[in-house]
Amino acid sequence: MKKVRIGFTLVCLLLVVSLLSGLSLAANPRIYIPVISKGFQHQFWQAVKLGAEKAAKEFDVDITFEGPESEAMVDKQIDMLQTALSKNPKAICLAALDSKAVIPLLMQAKASNIPVIGFDSGVDSDIPVATAATDNVAAAALAADKMAQLIGGKGEVAVIVHDQTSRTGIDRRDGFVNRIKSKYRNIKIVDIQYGAGDHLKSTDLAKAIMQAHPNLKGFFGANEGSAIGVLNAVTELKKTGKIVVVGYDSGKPQIDAVHSGKMAGAITQNPIGIGYEAVKAAVMAIKGQKVKKVIDTGFFWYDRTNIDSAQIKPLLYD
Amino acid sequence: MRNVPIVTEPKGVPQRSLFRSSATQKILAFASLIVMFIFFSLASPNFANVNNIIGILLSTAVNGVLAVGTTFVIITGGIDLSVGTVMTFGAVMTGVFITFLKLPIYIGVLGGLAAGALCGFISGSLTARMKIPPFIATLGMMMITKGLSLVISGTKPIYFTDTLPFMNIAMGTVLGIPSAVWIFFGVAIIANLVLTKTALGRYTFALGSNEEAARLSGINVDAWKIGIYTLGGAFSGLAGIIMASRLASAQPALGQGYEMEAIAAAVIGGTSLSGGEGTILGTVIGAFVMSVLTNGLRILSIPQEWQTVVVGSVVILAVYMDIIRRKKAH
Repeated sequence: MKKVRIGFTLVCLLLVVSLLSGLSLAANPRIYIPVISKGFQHQFWQAVKLGAEKAAKEFDVDITFEGPESEAMVDKQIDMLQTALSKNPKAICLAALDSKAVIPLLMQAKASNIPVIGFDSGVDSDIPVATAATDNVAAAALAADKMAQLIGGKGEVAVIVHDQTSRTGIDRRDGFVNRIKSKYRNIKIVDIQYGAGDHLKSTDLAKAIMQAHPNLKGFFGANEGSAIGVLNAVTELKKTGKIVVVGYDSGKPQIDAVHSGKMAGAITQNPIGIGYEAVKAAVMAIKGQKVKKVIDTGFFWYDRTNIDSAQIKPLLYD
Repeated sequence: MRNVPIVTEPKGVPQRSLFRSSATQKILAFASLIVMFIFFSLASPNFANVNNIIGILLSTAVNGVLAVGTTFVIITGGIDLSVGTVMTFGAVMTGVFITFLKLPIYIGVLGGLAAGALCGFISGSLTARMKIPPFIATLGMMMITKGLSLVISGTKPIYFTDTLPFMNIAMGTVLGIPSAVWIFFGVAIIANLVLTKTALGRYTFALGSNEEAARLSGINVDAWKIGIYTLGGAFSGLAGIIMASRLASAQPALGQGYEMEAIAAAVIGGTSLSGGEGTILGTVIGAFVMSVLTNGLRILSIPQEWQTVVVGSVVILAVYMDIIRRKKAH
């Protein structure tokens, strides 16, 4: 009886695994490039993945796309990178969560002659042959300029950021804050809070800030989750039209809010372009072609006037 | 207090019978591990190569040390949700001693261990003395340590790049295998001796089997309970040091979620969440089941969304087997 059950369990396990592993059992002579991202659940990363897959199809290579559950999980990413190296890839695309922690493995890649392509954010090392990324500091500074314009150059503004440890969190916060401080003397930043990119947490934080500062004129949400949190807070406190909301990235709630005027506008990166350029650069590196060290994938301001334009529409994701 | 404790053989001490101990669960977990290993080796030539095996061992080390620590607490019938964030807190404190205060490395290591042990001591005291349920006490501790790690580190990673010897704690190699792995095995062997051969181990089972009976037979239940949580905290501190050494940095935002992986490893290895039952060997096997499965699925390029589904199914399956076994025993 017992033996039967053990056998049954093992068979189950085997079945599940083999079902899933499907056809990947055959040895594969095609070019394989693992893409290690900072996450995979967030719509932004799904858009990056789309771009990476688009390039993979175009250049006829195989890719895998994976990233840890949260952007704090540096060690999980290291494990993924280590496993990817074990698969003898022809090149690796990496969006490093902590650019110093990945260096030993990057050296290992270099020793095995595997070119590394950075994407989304750079690595403090000269090992990556190219990096495809948005200039987040400049993008957030543009958000600050737009905000200043919209509130008439004076008054109180607040900021919700996803976190204070990641490169993008730090860059966007500082890009926004420093531009306000240096250029707009009459605008006061009354509070900066961190909501982990979590919609609900960011909503609560934004509400608390609005309650504490009744004269608040502008609110900047530095990533998708933060911006949606600010929008929710505006809705719940019935302050639509009283506070100028500036967002970041896209996603359905932000796109709808820009359409309806609840959100004044937002910065969009080019996530599909980031994924596409990273894989494209990897393919070029494998073929020994020259790649640009820094591939600027660009950013744009979008609002009601241009959201449906040919330039902006393809960059936005639901 | 009576002075002469009459210690009866507690129910939960592992016995020889295959049907009444965690032995079946262990054999089962071990057999699954072997089968998985063979399967992945056949499925991909990249699985059973030296580099990948070392990668698996390395990625098991941190979760393994956490799981061993949490096994003690779970056997007492308690639970510690703060192991992951206490691990981070230990790493951050080590960073404070070594990088901020420029103290010698061994002081930093002792400081990290002490920081972890202190958190465990507080959790244990809340549970034992103030009668706060362990789930709540350690949930609070999880939040406190998470916040403190961010405050103390100034919300930035603390790097150990100026103190290169610190990296050798985890990444130095002995016989080609990273030190982190040797530390994990050493810790597991010592923990196994403590759990099976010492008074602390006996009382751990006694508390989990029947706390009231233990109290009536003159065991100072509260003191032992605090001791066990403190030990668990020290394990978390050690895991934090290994992690910091491997990443060359203490990452203050990391840690939440690790408690679940540690609990899962213990449970797969036959530790019972209702207390009074569990072995270190089982937990070590459980930790390897988790890491071999994760690694193998990655090597096979299984989409990530599906990887988590498989791992989750395995955890449920393991616990279900445990329940069936228990039904048989009673």
